[in-house]
Amino acid sequence: MKSSVITFPGSNCDRDMDIALTKFGFKNKMVWHNDQELPKSDLIVLPGGFSYGDYLRCGSMASKSKIMHSVINFAKTGGLIMGICNGFQILVEAGLVPGVLLRNKYLQFICKNVHVKVNNKENTFFKNLDKKVLEFHIAHNEGNYFCTNDQLKKIEDNNQIAIYYCDQNGNTNDQINPNGSIKNIAGIFNKEKNVLGMMPHPERMIDQSLSGEDGSIFFKNLLNNIK
Amino acid sequence: MLVNEKIAIEHGLKSDEYEKICKLLKRTPNITELGIFSAMWNEHCSYKSSRIHLKKLHTKGKKVIQGPGENAGVIDIEDGDAIVFKIESHNHPSFIEPYQGAATGVGGIMRDVFTMGARPIANLNSIHFGSTQHKKTKNLLRGVVHGIGGYGNCIGVPTIAGQTSFDRSYNGNILVNAMTLGLVKKDKIFYSRAAGLNKPVIYVGSKTGRDGIHGASMASASFDDKIEEKKPTVQVGDPFTEKLLLEACLELMSGDSIIAIQDMGAAGLTSSSIEMASKGNLGIEINLNKVPCRETKMTPYEIMLSESQERMLIVLESGKEEIAKKIFDKWNLDFAVIGKTTNTKNIELFFDNKQVANIPVNTLVENSPMYDRKWKKSKLPKKNKIDKTTFKSLKIKDTLKKILSSPNVCSKEWIWQQYDHTVMGDTIQKPGGDSGVVRVHKTDKAIAATVDSSATYCWAHPLTGGKQVVCETWRNLISVGAKPLAVTNCLNFGSPEKEENMGEFVECVQGISEACKYLDYPVVSGNVSFYNETKDIGIKPTPTIGGVGLIKDYKKMITMDFKEIDNVVLVIGKTEGHIDQSLLSRIILNENNGPPPEVNLFNEKNNGLTLLNLIEKNFIKSAHDVSLGGIITAISKMCIKGDKGIKIKKPKFLINEIEYFFAEDQGRYLIEINPKDFKEVSKILDKNSVHYDDIGKIIDKEMIIDQKTKLTIDELKSYNTNWLKSYMV
Repeated sequence: MKSSVITFPGSNCDRDMDIALTKFGFKNKMVWHNDQELPKSDLIVLPGGFSYGDYLRCGSMASKSKIMHSVINFAKTGGLIMGICNGFQILVEAGLVPGVLLRNKYLQFICKNVHVKVNNKENTFFKNLDKKVLEFHIAHNEGNYFCTNDQLKKIEDNNQIAIYYCDQNGNTNDQINPNGSIKNIAGIFNKEKNVLGMMPHPERMIDQSLSGEDGSIFFKNLLNNIK
Repeated sequence: MLVNEKIAIEHGLKSDEYEKICKLLKRTPNITELGIFSAMWNEHCSYKSSRIHLKKLHTKGKKVIQGPGENAGVIDIEDGDAIVFKIESHNHPSFIEPYQGAATGVGGIMRDVFTMGARPIANLNSIHFGSTQHKKTKNLLRGVVHGIGGYGNCIGVPTIAGQTSFDRSYNGNILVNAMTLGLVKKDKIFYSRAAGLNKPVIYVGSKTGRDGIHGASMASASFDDKIEEKKPTVQVGDPFTEKLLLEACLELMSGDSIIAIQDMGAAGLTSSSIEMASKGNLGIEINLNKVPCRETKMTPYEIMLSESQERMLIVLESGKEEIAKKIFDKWNLDFAVIGKTTNTKNIELFFDNKQVANIPVNTLVENSPMYDRKWKKSKLPKKNKIDKTTFKSLKIKDTLKKILSSPNVCSKEWIWQQYDHTVMGDTIQKPGGDSGVVRVHKTDKAIAATVDSSATYCWAHPLTGGKQVVCETWRNLISVGAKPLAVTNCLNFGSPEKEENMGEFVECVQGISEACKYLDYPVVSGNVSFYNETKDIGIKPTPTIGGVGLIKDYKKMITMDFKEIDNVVLVIGKTEGHIDQSLLSRIILNENNGPPPEVNLFNEKNNGLTLLNLIEKNFIKSAHDVSLGGIITAISKMCIKGDKGIKIKKPKFLINEIEYFFAEDQGRYLIEINPKDFKEVSKILDKNSVHYDDIGKIIDKEMIIDQKTKLTIDELKSYNTNWLKSYMV
């Protein structure tokens, strides 16, 4: 299976994502933001980081990069796209998934392990996943997901919520919400469920010696689903 | 503008220094030249008060590839790999403007490391604030933490460990020391020594603005009531540009275009160009009209003294300009050929086709002032006689609660959760342990790093304190299973013009040197920060030591959390009951006098190396060094981390129970072993003459000190974790 990770100026999880994808069997290529064409890929990943320093609005400048035309076209033709953290912010700015990401409720960067509950398994990303609750890792300053009530209704009606922040038993409540996201939303799909944006970093959970191994479960399952 | 003595003094020079400049030049300098001299001759750049003493530091060792004198130190970690590391202070700017001060401190130290060709792999920091009651403390802490995070998180280098303390003596002068480690191949290290004639001198990175002009001079003076006016001398950081600069420099470094490279840190273009010329015994010629400027009408004086961040100066091989330019264009960074190397041994500056400065390089470097300042030796204070009946009135539980929740012991999670400590995917020990540990990418090796200081001990007796800080970092490394290799030091003191302060400096340096020599743990880099005082009130002497160690097989790394019920816990090292200068003495008994605990270097080395041996043999399940708050505080932390309890067995000690639990004797650790290994472990300890006490065994969820004194793990946790969070609300 072929994947491509796009490096924007200021991306800093591009290498980590490359290592994770390669570890679980993807043939991965790194793609420069200023390129016009995407290599042939089964999966495109927009990695985490601080593209353009997050100076204007997180993700906004990167969403206008040259390569994004191809990424948007790829999405339209049903190609699989995953945006992690800053990649999620870029997807939002590019209009590929609904909503916006605001500054964290307590106005602080947060780096820690969190639990997320998978809401929708009828898609390539989470299909056949054994576990309902995964332990992932977050590291962000602007992960506070927000959308209008109308949008939220559409999102829910379409079953577009991918994952929620929850406790280790899968309960979602305000206390467990790390950043103030509406409805504890940690990740969301586009209408067609071929584009996933999420704040947590599965690529940081791929080794027993790191923060944990639920990232490994996610990537292995993803590869099998694409095969 | 005509230069005279008055103007020189306004630049922070002394009368006799100005006289010396005129004599060396055989004429009166012009204003640009005076600016250059003031920047090069201030304390921050010239080390004029400290140089004579720094020579005494122990800097040699088998693993040292590069000692002090370069952008950073370099040590060998085998297999062709090397670690580049250094610590640096950014105290003065952080007090004036905490966010930018701290942020640019992090940016500056990372540049020092990647200038040498190394990719930064970990950041650490040591930050010190005034009393928690002081009106500025909370905002300064918040600003500094945001600044450190803002810069490090954006660049994408994990912040893996640190230290935070509070003490009244920092009320008017906080300390922000930042440390970076980088990984490089031994044969791809870059240095700042220029070589060859007529080689192009290249400017890359951000444009030059008026920010930070005279920053280094500001950092070399004490504060008074007008500090707010100094805000314009604080630089503004741009981590995004630094990230681009990092990637562009590493890309250029993978080829063979660079002869020498130097980042523009303190005193910007001035010190970077002069240092490269001086090390290469060459001259340098710069056309200032070619320097990319952010603002219009900048004068030569301003261009030379600007401390705008994220800039580098490179001496390139002739003919490689196009290759280099292409890389910097790709990363959208300024690139300009601004001059060349010459054989004049002078620094010559041109602006609008006129020569605006012409100074022999050696007058700025070798001939810079060096002072053997007067200093006062300190006496070892007399031991306090503590009335033993005082101990009887103390309840262990209440005392422990106070200590665990005290600002200098409590959990610093509120701080380190704001730092990205997992990016780069190699962090295998996060903040909150004895050392941070990152794997050496794609190998079985790991690097442990820690940063520490003990201002109270240094204040009570600088010589002992200096030794103690080194040993503390040594123990932190041993506790995670790392072989300590080398250190970097950041020496934060008050005014060197005061005999007491100078004495503290001299004796701390002596202590550091003795310990480093004995432990074969050399100093490879560092910096000195004097004049940490406001209105004549200086800080406690605060030498900060950053220690670096190697774990050959990362799977053998040790953590402090208790692992398994029924395992046995041993105290390694002898507990004599030293209470003076301990937390117990200071915050419970309200006694601030007395000597710090004695440091026995033989025991430190012997205990440490014996533990490494036990770790190598897989006997140790968890370990933690005993420091502030003594044995019981250390045990509590192991319980909290492991979510397990302990049934404490009263060892057969002759001293009072309170003394045993809270004393801060040095050279001690706690280790957890499997009961089946007890015999073998005790045999090894006995054979190496290492003292140990069997202090009990691990149980579930409760710390039982005696029948009447029990604490649940949740209680311990809440004492330890709540204070900082509620303070910062």
